[in-house]
Amino acid sequence: MTAFGKLIRTTAFRLTLVYLFLFAFFAASLLGYFAWNTRRLINEQITTTVNGEISEISDIYERRGIRLLVGTIENRALRPGANLYLVTTQAGRAIAGNVGSLSPGVMASTGWSETLYRRLDEQDPADHRALVRVTVLSSGLRLLIGRDLEERRRLFGIVASAAQWSVLIVVVLGLGGGIFVARRVLRRIDAMTGTTQRIMAGDLSGRLPVGRSGDELDRLAENLNAMLERIEALMMGLKEVSDNIAHDLKTPLTRLRNRAEEALARSSNESEYRAALERTIEESDGLIRTFNALLMIARAESGQARGNMDNFDAAEIAHDIQELYEPLAEDSGMTLQVKTEPAILHGNRELISQALANLVENAIKYGRPQPSAQPLGAGAGKDIVIEAKRDGDLVLLSVTDRGPGIPEADRKHAIERFVRLEASRSLPGSGLGLSLASAVATLHGGNLTLGDANPGLRATLTIPAVSGEGLAGQTVDVQQKSA
Amino acid sequence: MTLTSTDSQMRLLIIEDDRESADYLVKAFREVGYVADHAGDGEEGLALAEGGDYDVLVIDRMLPKRDGLSVIGALREKGNRTPALILSALGQVDDRIKGLRAGGDDYLPKPYAFAELLARVEVLSRRHGGPAEETSYKVGDLELDRLSHRVTRGDEELTLQPREFRLLEYLMKHAGQVVTRTMLLENVWDYHFDPQTNVIDVHISRLRSKIDKGFERPLLHTIRGAGYMIRDGLK
Repeated sequence: MTAFGKLIRTTAFRLTLVYLFLFAFFAASLLGYFAWNTRRLINEQITTTVNGEISEISDIYERRGIRLLVGTIENRALRPGANLYLVTTQAGRAIAGNVGSLSPGVMASTGWSETLYRRLDEQDPADHRALVRVTVLSSGLRLLIGRDLEERRRLFGIVASAAQWSVLIVVVLGLGGGIFVARRVLRRIDAMTGTTQRIMAGDLSGRLPVGRSGDELDRLAENLNAMLERIEALMMGLKEVSDNIAHDLKTPLTRLRNRAEEALARSSNESEYRAALERTIEESDGLIRTFNALLMIARAESGQARGNMDNFDAAEIAHDIQELYEPLAEDSGMTLQVKTEPAILHGNRELISQALANLVENAIKYGRPQPSAQPLGAGAGKDIVIEAKRDGDLVLLSVTDRGPGIPEADRKHAIERFVRLEASRSLPGSGLGLSLASAVATLHGGNLTLGDANPGLRATLTIPAVSGEGLAGQTVDVQQKSA
Repeated sequence: MTLTSTDSQMRLLIIEDDRESADYLVKAFREVGYVADHAGDGEEGLALAEGGDYDVLVIDRMLPKRDGLSVIGALREKGNRTPALILSALGQVDDRIKGLRAGGDDYLPKPYAFAELLARVEVLSRRHGGPAEETSYKVGDLELDRLSHRVTRGDEELTLQPREFRLLEYLMKHAGQVVTRTMLLENVWDYHFDPQTNVIDVHISRLRSKIDKGFERPLLHTIRGAGYMIRDGLK
């Protein structure tokens, strides 16, 4: 397609053509209306004046006779201007007036007519056009009074040329503007097309150019850029996940294989074989756990678990999890406490429990108080607190520890899959706990945030609450507290 | 306590289309004293299950010709109540619920440890043929009364937390059988997820310190690679 072909195919150009036609039509109609009305007005004016003069002159003739009629006519005919006067006999012989010649037959008929004429006092050989009225006076004399139409013709000429010029200007400006706009749009669309082609070719980092005007194309470009941003993030995530899966599954698989190989080569008695096999089973159990966690996250992220939701109190879950993990925390030299108020939410109980369990497991694993940094009393620093509370339309389920916390810069990163911050690499775990908790929160329309508990980490699951159950929930709370 | 697997010839039907897993299961169950039959697809499995007198059915969820859930459904419709354990690669919560709703009695996601499968099959088969829920359990000199919530060992009364009581109750109900960590988490805590930590072990060791500490003969045993078992040391 040629550049011009492309240009005239643009929407902008086509729209311009439509508008151009509309505006030209409008200009022409306006001028036509104006011309037609002006003509009518001029004719009306002429008619009124001529009628008045005729009745005046007829009156003079009726009352004062032919001499004064001729005198008046001669007198008026001499005035410069555009008026025509002529009095003839019944036979057509001129008695007085300023008309030299007329179109044939004008004097024969009475009433209004348009005629060509020549004035007596004019040297100009050209004929002029006039609107005249012929009447027959009582004695049979014929009286003609008329007006030259030069003025009307000139006005028409002006209107006609105005029409021509305006249409021409509209067309030129319209076409020029259309081409300008179309080229501008085309240039930007071409730039966008070029970028998208580069992106399709595999360069996901490309972004569409965004102008400063904030117009619809800029908005489109911004939206497309946001979409590209998301796609790139997803692709990066996917790549990272597959890299991490490769790493997190391959490393233990390699270890597994090496152990089996070593046992085969070195073991001499049954107990050594047995030990090697037991380690192999342990290792594969770990692998299965990692794999299950991955599936769970994938499932939570794809929203498949939405079918299995009902209303329940987050406080109950907090108590259940506290009860399950309290001995483990105690074994690790910490205490696990729970602080709840009724907080009804709608969700998958199992998944929320697992998310909270993951946060508690993390707190037990990594939340050991730092011996150096313990500003609080000796006892207070060892607590892990599970808290369930309602905050407006939200249910907050949080786990707070008194450990080293996570530096602000690392927090977002920590939620990602398989990320195990440097400090935790030596401890067992799949690195999927926080990302599963985050996926569960997202599934429920909420999120997981990591905050600073000064010192320590506060991990909070924020999930939309179910409203209107506050009263029933409060009763439950009282019972729990008294129990 | 004599109800271990080797004491009675239990009949088991394995409906599994993967030849290798099926052979492995048949062999492994025979080694522990079961009579194990195998069917390779849903139709054959259904026919065998209807005809044979089995104690437990182990059914793969996805089978050629007729899927596992529909095999169970067809059996239940005909009044066959043989306990069925569903094996499935779909290990998620609602798949489990679907499986149990279809008439399955237990659900085990693949991949599984044989010890886990065996423990669950034993629990199922015993429930099938065994006596109704008892009001008290006794293992050696350890006694648990479900009505009064009293636990005694010898002459000594033991004080247990409510959850410890339920843990012991479950273990004693299946005395002489291996109970796995996931079974405990499912039945005592009603959680179906897989904790990444040894949280169950800690509860067991607390329970153990209450029921075995200071007594000559331990009753609560750790079965390596499988789980726990409560039984009188002298078999």
